[in-house]
Amino acid sequence: MEAVVFVFSLLDCCALIFLSVYFIITLSDLECDYINARSCCSKLNKWVIPELVGHTIVTVLMLISLHWFIFLLNLPVATWNTYRFIMVPSGNMGVFDPTEIHNRGQLKSHMKEAMIKLGFHLLCFFMYLYSMILALIND
Amino acid sequence: MSAPAGSPHPAASSRIPPKLGGAAASGAAAPAGPGPGPHQQNGPAQNQMQVPSGYGLHPQSYTAPSGHYSQGPEKMTSLPLDSQCDDYYSGLYRVPTQNVVTPNTASPQPGAQQMYGSVPPAPHVVGSTLGSFQGAGSSASHLHTSASQPYSSFVNHYNSPAMYSDNSSVAAQGFPSTCGHYALSTVSNAAYPSVSYPSLPAGDPYGQQMFTSQNAPTVRPIRDNSFSGQNTAISHPSPLPPPPSQQYHQQQSLSGYSTFAWSASGLPSTQDNLIQNHTSLATANNPTNPVADTLSCSVMQNVQPPKSSPVVSAVLSGASSTRTPAASRPVEPLASVARPSELLQQKGMQYGEYVNNQASSAPTPLSSTSDDEEEEEEDEEAGVDSSSTTSSASPMPNSYDALEGGSYPDMLSSSASSPAPDPAPAPAPAPAAPQPSKMAKPFGYGYPALQPGYQNAAAPLNSGVPPGSPAYSGFQQYAQQYPGMNQLSSSLGGLSLQSSSQPESLRPVNLTQERNILPMTPVWAPVPNLNLDLKKLNCSPDSFRCTLTNIPQTQALLNKAKLPLGLLLHPFRDLTQLPVITSNTIVRCRSCRTYINPFVSFIDQRRWKCNLCYRVNDVPEEFMYNPLTRSYGEPHKRPEVQNSTVEFIASSDYMLRPPQPAVYLFVLDVSHNAVEAGYLTILCQSLLENLDKLPGDSRTRIGFMTFDSTIHFYNLQEGLSQPQMLIVSDIDDVFLPTPDSLLVNLYESKELIKDLLNALPNMFTNTRETHSALGPALQAAFKLMSPTGGRVSVFQTQLPSLGAGLLQSREDPNQRSSTKVVQHLGPATDFYKKLALDCSGQQTAVDLFLLSSQYSDLASLACMSKYSAGCIYYYPSFHYTHNPSQAEKLQKDLKRYLTRKIGFEAVMRIRCTKGLSMHTFHGNFFVRSTDLLSLANINPDAGFAVQLSIEESLTDTSLVCFQTALLYTSSKGERRIRVHTLCLPVVSSLADVYAGADVQASICLLANMAVDRSISSSLSDARDALVNAVVDSLSAYGSTVSNLQHSGLIAPSSLKLFPLYVLALLKQKAFRTGTSTRLDDRVYAMCQIKCQPLVHLMKMIHPNLYRIDRLTDEGAIHVNDRVVPQPPLQKLSAEKLTRDGAFLMDCGSVFYIWIGKSCDSNFIEDVLGYPNFASIPQKMTHLPELDTLSSERARSFITWLRDNRPLNPILHVVKDESPAKTEFFQHLIEDRTEAAFSYYEFLLHIQQQICK
Repeated sequence: MEAVVFVFSLLDCCALIFLSVYFIITLSDLECDYINARSCCSKLNKWVIPELVGHTIVTVLMLISLHWFIFLLNLPVATWNTYRFIMVPSGNMGVFDPTEIHNRGQLKSHMKEAMIKLGFHLLCFFMYLYSMILALIND
Repeated sequence: MSAPAGSPHPAASSRIPPKLGGAAASGAAAPAGPGPGPHQQNGPAQNQMQVPSGYGLHPQSYTAPSGHYSQGPEKMTSLPLDSQCDDYYSGLYRVPTQNVVTPNTASPQPGAQQMYGSVPPAPHVVGSTLGSFQGAGSSASHLHTSASQPYSSFVNHYNSPAMYSDNSSVAAQGFPSTCGHYALSTVSNAAYPSVSYPSLPAGDPYGQQMFTSQNAPTVRPIRDNSFSGQNTAISHPSPLPPPPSQQYHQQQSLSGYSTFAWSASGLPSTQDNLIQNHTSLATANNPTNPVADTLSCSVMQNVQPPKSSPVVSAVLSGASSTRTPAASRPVEPLASVARPSELLQQKGMQYGEYVNNQASSAPTPLSSTSDDEEEEEEDEEAGVDSSSTTSSASPMPNSYDALEGGSYPDMLSSSASSPAPDPAPAPAPAPAAPQPSKMAKPFGYGYPALQPGYQNAAAPLNSGVPPGSPAYSGFQQYAQQYPGMNQLSSSLGGLSLQSSSQPESLRPVNLTQERNILPMTPVWAPVPNLNLDLKKLNCSPDSFRCTLTNIPQTQALLNKAKLPLGLLLHPFRDLTQLPVITSNTIVRCRSCRTYINPFVSFIDQRRWKCNLCYRVNDVPEEFMYNPLTRSYGEPHKRPEVQNSTVEFIASSDYMLRPPQPAVYLFVLDVSHNAVEAGYLTILCQSLLENLDKLPGDSRTRIGFMTFDSTIHFYNLQEGLSQPQMLIVSDIDDVFLPTPDSLLVNLYESKELIKDLLNALPNMFTNTRETHSALGPALQAAFKLMSPTGGRVSVFQTQLPSLGAGLLQSREDPNQRSSTKVVQHLGPATDFYKKLALDCSGQQTAVDLFLLSSQYSDLASLACMSKYSAGCIYYYPSFHYTHNPSQAEKLQKDLKRYLTRKIGFEAVMRIRCTKGLSMHTFHGNFFVRSTDLLSLANINPDAGFAVQLSIEESLTDTSLVCFQTALLYTSSKGERRIRVHTLCLPVVSSLADVYAGADVQASICLLANMAVDRSISSSLSDARDALVNAVVDSLSAYGSTVSNLQHSGLIAPSSLKLFPLYVLALLKQKAFRTGTSTRLDDRVYAMCQIKCQPLVHLMKMIHPNLYRIDRLTDEGAIHVNDRVVPQPPLQKLSAEKLTRDGAFLMDCGSVFYIWIGKSCDSNFIEDVLGYPNFASIPQKMTHLPELDTLSSERARSFITWLRDNRPLNPILHVVKDESPAKTEFFQHLIEDRTEAAFSYYEFLLHIQQQICK
């Protein structure tokens, strides 16, 4: 059972890693002026909810399967994702707003955020991998 | 406060509390108003105004806004929502069935495409530099010269060529050879506003340009020093036949002025200054020159290696000795003889300064040739004694010489081994071209009178010097120095801070003790501490201003100073003179795409170095042709390199598609509310009057849509006997009934359009439709416009209540005067933002006219304009009969709106020197990529702000440059690029940073930032941030720079108005708390802050108060035969309001005249036309035209103030006891109110905060 949980987490984590990479690529495209803010933001906003959901699922899964350490590790990031999503002002078009992304260094902070998440997911990836192998061996 | 709290139904009747209504009226009075005029008091400015045809003075009536107008709603009965318009005008219009079903997609309009393409840009060129006029205007400047040093040079900047065009006859005396050109340029100037560029024979695209650019440089030396009309008046009349002597004369008198103006502390006499000047010049070649010493010396060292060839110096001294006798102002017969020597001598001086400045401004990327300098120093030394002993006039001609021909000697003398302190690929000594002959020719061409002398002078030089490589120090704009005390004193004062002399701008001011902090004259932009030459070339502060005129070297230094760093732009300002350049290749840097500008350096004749990225570029072949002299090989004299504001006619490389025609679509609210308000009559009338003046060409197209709960289109296709109305009631899925015939050619369908405009106001008189489907109407408008792009003007009178984008009332009237939280400053929905972005993508701008009597959620509606680069006008409590002043204002604003210049499908890119980066933009636009602003439309009243940060240390450069390039399609279908370039020095000490602070620009930038903050965070945050801005900067100053241990609050003189302005900002409608402010008014004020250019924004923040019952001609200026008195500014405090006086307050969009109770009855009778105080009516919005002196003065003063802005302010005459006076007193920001500090309290508060 535990193995199944970690296999699922691993897959989910892979998806999140890819998503982070996609965020980074798209944002750096915007930074380099390859795409315009409008298309960049509409591209990214599409993936904000999947990311949120994907990450929340893992977190909840860890809670259910009583992996406290991993759960606590995931909690801040999941909270941040949710907070960010909820706090979008009513007039904005999503977490990424094309009219503001160039203002007040938002682009940079988004980029930073995506980088941190990438690192975090990579860390999680190996953790899940390890846990999965451990679980498989134990089985 | 009976406004329907939270009532979703806009038709609910509401009344506006009188006080509020009035306040609202005043706030909305002049929406967008950057005018061509720079500062209000600037002499030149108002002169400028007279040239453009668009705006005359329109006496505006405004009855006092005792605004309770319960509009339409009250009369409204409950309405059948489905009422069809058929009932009302079926007779007139053939109304098809409910839905006219036609191909419902917007098919591209073939006609439009065909129309593109023609209009080959004729090779036109309007030459000329900035500013036209001088005479009167300059006397204004004269008036202020003593006030502040920045001012004088500011004026300089402005007056410039003007003098020439105005005084062409005079100029003709002075420059016989060029008089023709002057005349020419005058003409072209006049023509410019209407965009008629005298086109020249195709064969010679430069013909005209040549004149003008020639004109410009010629002008410069004089301009600098010419401060006043009087001055010129003195000098000009003297009929000195030989041109040069004329110049001398002129310059002499002028020089007097410049010194006067420039000596900030005390006013040393001209002579003194001159001598000083000279001596310092003389010492300049001394490596241990004090000036040079204090300044960055690395360059100095580069420069200094004493390589000066003795040969040269010998030759030079020889020359100078010959000249000595002639050094004094040449008598006519002497003139030709004297010339050479004079010139030479001047050269010497010039060089001396060159060195000086070289040192002081340490031009980094300069390929300056040190050899030149050596020689020059020698030269200068030789010349100094003679010049200092002779008349004070002598130095000036030098500058003249230097400007026009001064670069030659450099070229000649510069030896091949010039060790340029240039990090870039060192300029390989170019093949020594046969310079002398080449140069002589062009020079002579331009100034025959000077030529012989010059040549003579040059000859010995040349002979004495090793074959000079064309090092073109003249090209290096940084290096090229012209003598002038301005520069010297400034470099002494501003840069050498460490030395004993402290610049005026750093003088510590004890704010708590200084009672009259507000100067008597308007505050002018500080002048960047550059050398004179760069100062002259620099962009006008009206178009381009930086909050710090001395850029700190590192971000750390900037953080220490705690001052905001940013730019304020007014790029599309109405200019009376603008060099327009047609050329096949627009010269730009190959890596950063910077346009060539006056601040690039020419490494040699064939290469130039970009001043933003330092890349070395080739000079294209075409650029080598110098239109100035019709000669080859003088790229540094091209107008692009002589003017920091130029306009290029772009080639097809700059088009993504054929230039679009001017397309105007009017989307009109015709619901009951709108009909009640009656704006349709005014709009249609205004349109009828201005139909022919709409900017555009033969392709101009126009269309109309109206909406209530349905959307009505008007088929105006040519050939119809009358306009055809098409109604679309399916607002959930809007389609265009006949996409091809809704936007029609203005000229082909003019009759139909006129029919429609005549019929429109009466078509809906009986409507019972209260709903407003704004969202669907906008969607339809977008569909209609998307094939071409253009301008959509939306007139809305209530909260949109149907279909997409419907809004709910969010305002809680009880919260209006809350001191805590102000909510709902941001948009409620992203519908309008999305729509705006869609529009922006299709090059369509949406302008919003909001004429509402109740809450309409401007915060949400404004988004449609904010992100599509439109503009926003707000007329609270609009009613055509109940509120005639608003009606008149709408009428005036519409006139300006309809006829002002417009640019389509524009983009603006702002570039800055490597190391700086922009991180936040303010204004109405969409930021498409990091430095590219997408502006569907650009209008002359739009201002922008940009925040900067310093990413890399700027230690290896001494100058930074900013360039904005605005690429747009003119209404005539031409693609044009307007380029502004600003150059600022870099400093390394905190004191210098403070010395260069531009308080007005800082305040405007802070206001923009505060708006952002209050929307993204909260209003109280923004207010705290504003207060903190003052506290931080003043405490940083106190702890680092001023070592005086005062008990008071110390600020540098440059920032002495900072606390006052911040207090004004806190009491501004946008940011105030505690005073009842309607949400829409607040939001509108914020929108204004975001998109107003600096001049107008400053009046909004801090109004000007004048006493007008005792206007005298003392210090008056003359504008177009009118005498305009210049009363001193009063501080905004009730203590200044004496009962026996009358005061005028200029709030930018509103004028108030306050009449004291015991006001002089003569004034009341002579100016107001009433026998006594009691008989003055409560609502008075015009001054009668009485034939008395005081009336004339008052009117001419008010007219002059009005002339300075594009939108007409409304005038209110406020009696001391009338209820309207509260509005007036609201603006007295130095006084205490229940909710806010007085100025003194605020200072104490700041002091407390600092001490904490």
